[in-house]
Amino acid sequence: MTLTMGGAHRPGATRQSGAADTSGAAARAVDVWKVYGSGEAEVAALRGVSVGLERGRYTAIMGPSGSGKSTLMHCLAGLDSVTRGEVYVGDTLITGLGDRGLTDLRRDKVGFIFQQFNLLPTLTAEENILLPLSIAGRKPDRQWYDTVIDTVGLRDRLRHRPTQLSGGQQQRVACARALVSRPDVIFADEPTGNLDSRSGAEVLGFLRNSVRQFGQTIVMVTHDANAASYADRVIFLADGQIVDELREPTAEAVLDTMKNLDTMAAVA
Amino acid sequence: MLRATFKSLLSRKLRLLLSGLAVVLAVMFVSGAFILSDTLGRTFDSLFTNAYDYTDIQVQAKPKVDGGGDGGAVPANIQSTVVGKVAAVPGVAKATGTVAAEGARVVGRNGKVVGGAGGAPRFGINWTGEDQLISLREGRGPQASGEVALNAGLAKIGNFKVGEQVGVLTLEPKKTFTVVGIFGYAGGRDSIGGEQTVAFTEPVAQQLMLGATGVYNVIDVKVADKRDLTKVRDALRAEVGPSYQVDTGADLAKKQSDQIKKALSFVTYILLGFAAVALLVGVFLILNTFSIIVAQRTQELALLRAMGASRRQMIGSVLLEASLIGVVSWLVGLGLGVGIGSGGAFALAKLTGIDDVAGVGVPPAAWIVSFVVGVGVTILAALLPAFQASRVPPVAAMRQAGTADRPLTKLTAAGGVLAAGGGGALAFGLSGKAHDNTIWWVVGGVFVTFIAVALLTPLLGRPVVSVLGRLFAWSVAGKLGRRNSARNPRRTAITAAAMMISIALVTGISTIFTSVSSSVSKIVDQQVQADLIISGQQTSAIPPAIDPVALARVRALSTVDAVAGQAYGAAMIGGKSQFVAAFDDQAAAARILKLKPKIGRVDRLGAGEMVVDEATAKGRGWTIGDQVTIQLPRGEPRQLRVVGTYPSGPGAGGILLSWPDATAGFRTSTAVQAYVKLRPGAVTTAAKGEVDRILADSPEVNVATREEWLGNQTQIFDIVLTIVQVLLGVAMLIAVLGIVNTLVLSVLERTRELGMLRAIGLRRGQVMRMVTVESVVISLFGSLLGIAVGAGLGAAVVRALKDKGITELSLPWGLMVGYVVAGAFVGVVAAIIPAIRAARLDVLKAIAYE
Ligand SMILES: Nc1ncnc2c1ncn2[C@@H]1O[C@H](COP(=O)(O)OP(=O)(O)OP(=O)(O)O)[C@@H](O)[C@H]1O
Ligand SMILES: [Mg+2]
Repeated sequence: MTLTMGGAHRPGATRQSGAADTSGAAARAVDVWKVYGSGEAEVAALRGVSVGLERGRYTAIMGPSGSGKSTLMHCLAGLDSVTRGEVYVGDTLITGLGDRGLTDLRRDKVGFIFQQFNLLPTLTAEENILLPLSIAGRKPDRQWYDTVIDTVGLRDRLRHRPTQLSGGQQQRVACARALVSRPDVIFADEPTGNLDSRSGAEVLGFLRNSVRQFGQTIVMVTHDANAASYADRVIFLADGQIVDELREPTAEAVLDTMKNLDTMAAVA
Repeated sequence: MLRATFKSLLSRKLRLLLSGLAVVLAVMFVSGAFILSDTLGRTFDSLFTNAYDYTDIQVQAKPKVDGGGDGGAVPANIQSTVVGKVAAVPGVAKATGTVAAEGARVVGRNGKVVGGAGGAPRFGINWTGEDQLISLREGRGPQASGEVALNAGLAKIGNFKVGEQVGVLTLEPKKTFTVVGIFGYAGGRDSIGGEQTVAFTEPVAQQLMLGATGVYNVIDVKVADKRDLTKVRDALRAEVGPSYQVDTGADLAKKQSDQIKKALSFVTYILLGFAAVALLVGVFLILNTFSIIVAQRTQELALLRAMGASRRQMIGSVLLEASLIGVVSWLVGLGLGVGIGSGGAFALAKLTGIDDVAGVGVPPAAWIVSFVVGVGVTILAALLPAFQASRVPPVAAMRQAGTADRPLTKLTAAGGVLAAGGGGALAFGLSGKAHDNTIWWVVGGVFVTFIAVALLTPLLGRPVVSVLGRLFAWSVAGKLGRRNSARNPRRTAITAAAMMISIALVTGISTIFTSVSSSVSKIVDQQVQADLIISGQQTSAIPPAIDPVALARVRALSTVDAVAGQAYGAAMIGGKSQFVAAFDDQAAAARILKLKPKIGRVDRLGAGEMVVDEATAKGRGWTIGDQVTIQLPRGEPRQLRVVGTYPSGPGAGGILLSWPDATAGFRTSTAVQAYVKLRPGAVTTAAKGEVDRILADSPEVNVATREEWLGNQTQIFDIVLTIVQVLLGVAMLIAVLGIVNTLVLSVLERTRELGMLRAIGLRRGQVMRMVTVESVVISLFGSLLGIAVGAGLGAAVVRALKDKGITELSLPWGLMVGYVVAGAFVGVVAAIIPAIRAARLDVLKAIAYE
């Protein structure tokens, strides 16, 4: 369900219409523009992207390198500000929030999984998993915590430090960390980019499980058609615009679409 | 890419700058010390050259007693017959007997000595009329015994006018004179070097300044032909013999200038001490910076090695960088050194009343020593990291970048061996088996132990830091900061070591001085039974005197039980200078100062008798009944008989003479200090008021209650302690730089981590707290270790001084608590910049940071 908004809207006007549209999206972008630099060096990474990410779904974002996938994700996650347009996480309009507001939003509503595992080497696996809750000063829900640990299969590794874990294990710790605070939405930027295919498959399967079993919302940027096939929906970006989308994709369908995009780009 | 390179270069620049600052400080102090003493030297050289410009030759009698500390040598008198003998020597055109002695103190309108304590000398001279050097500005020279002329400098400070009455303290108590003239010096100067001069008529000058009429202390000689100056000087030497000193004006200028320079050399030593501390701490800082840079560039270095760079090239590149920092810091430091050196010289000269300060100049010694300090030490400190760099294996290029800590075994082993050695030396020293060498064993042990602790810091760091960190573990930010500080024990330790060294130094010195101070005050407190003490502040070569008439009136007070007036000075005994004292009422002194005889008697002393404390008696090999030859500043040598000995102690000690011998032989025949015992039931404050009124005409002396006086006795220690605290300030400043350095690096290294933490919701404030906790844990670790080491080693030295009467071990608790607080404060201050940097981090860039 793509929200297509035509023309240049004044932000005030869009806010009204955006708030009225309660689509049940976990996060939404409304006519988002992101322009880097100015003058000669101006690069428009996003050009009027409008997209809603459904709750309890697994969405993949694909596209050629430089198409704006990471930028879109950062804007949706409250890591980066948009040049124009609006971003909602849940029902909260995050455009215009200050650093403190965005930080708290990320802490309470958003989970992250990065390509490069990004665990704190000074903490054990368990402490890393509980870190977002500690930062927020919240007590973990024991039952949920146990469920997460069992799902990622790390019970016997909890006391280990990141350096004592394999890349796949570290990424599973990162997944558990993102899940344990039950965020509204989890963003993952190429989570399997640094893993071999088996570890990658484990992580992807685990992410899909958390969507199916626990109703978690996940948004994943990937270059890998096979990885994208784990998702419920694939959005294709090219030159900062959404150009296509697939539902219940298969790896072949994703590959075909990618090929089409490439030829389109070649023709253009 | 370019941006990233530029950024990393910039961040490294900051770090290099920080470590360079330590070198800058050290160079500044070293060159400042040299420039200061050079500038002062040239100032005094020209000053005395001016002063003796019109002097051909002077003949003086050699002092009978060496200077040996108190107030310098007492000038010996020259009989007037000698003047004739000198005048008869071929080549001498004119010989004039003159009086020119230090110690004429003019009392100002406020009843105090003009110019206060310290400062330029105060001369009393005989008026010999105007000459090339001296000319009258107003009035005339003194002609009657009640008249004086003042130099213009003195007249200006005291605002004295011709016709006015002034009080003057000399060898005798205050006498009043009429000012009849004001004189200046050649070149329109008010004084030659800020000094005060009072000119009396000849007999008055002789009596008041030399203690006898018909004598001089200087014969001023004018030669017939200047070219024969040295010839005439040598002829004069042959004529007057070895008990006289014959010098040309140039000789005298040099002698006096050298003497003053020596007296002022303490300032140079203080600056050099600061330089030493700055350097000691600075070495750690440089070592740390370069180790960090090398560790950070491991991959880059490995790549270079893989591409075929030789080990020598690697060492060379690190050392080149060090030399660059060294040279730049040296130049900056030298510039600052010129500032504090000439500024300090100017201030000191002004303080002594000198207006013509020599111009700025950098002596060769300042160039050379500061270069060695700045560049040499920087390179030396970078040597170890340079070798580390050369040992990076090429395969490291393929590995994940990570600064895994090398094991601490080598360092620990070295530290352990040194600790054992130092501990052994300490134990041996303290066991008393080393006898006379005790203090050397202990000091050596302290030094070695100190180095051992520095080496063991990384090992100690782990447990201590983990315990300390628990203090802050109540918040996530605190917990994370605590973990971070335990992350690189080696780096934490080197950073903390700078702090440790500075705090250990001051704690050690403070412990020793507090112990000495409390030992002294305890002993004095036990020994001195006086209720009031009359004593004065020395403002010239002549000690402050209590007017005997005033003292007699104090004795006569109904509330006063007994008074023991004391005089003291230097004497020559067996060719050595020795401090001797005497009381005007020996029985009262024995009672008030608790002098108990060991053998013989100590409460009665007739002329020709003396008592001595046991240690001195033992050292000199005297027993009861021995005859001892003593030369006092005035008169011929005396034969004194030892009639008693008493136990030694720092409270009272040394040789006590009879009052008649002392008044005949000392420079002044009055008491310098007096102990007053009140009758039972007398009110101390009321009695003090009465005594105060009686002493109104003795401007240099004051009466103090026992408590006030005891406080004053330990004042000198307070001054030393203050200097030590300033030293700490300098060292702390450098320690701060070290911590900033380490933290900036840590923040840089952990950019990615910080980005992740910010991404998952750590607030800016929490990030800042995290960095601050890390900083505070490091600096607290350093200060606590420093306090422990300093107090321990200071206590060892105090124990070793037990024989010397330092029986009390008192730790400077207040200061120690202060140091911990200062340590925590330093941690917070050091964290400011790194914390802001960490908080300002752009989350997106941090995540993408490679
Ligand atoms: N900080 C920045 N400053 C300037 N331009 C930027 C910045 N970040 C991204 N861009 C530009 O914005 C565009 C989109 O970048 P983005 O990182 O979103 O691409 P991507 O789709 O994630 O690519 P990849 O698959 O290679 O990760 C690119 O053209 C990039 O050069
Ligand atoms: Mg990307």
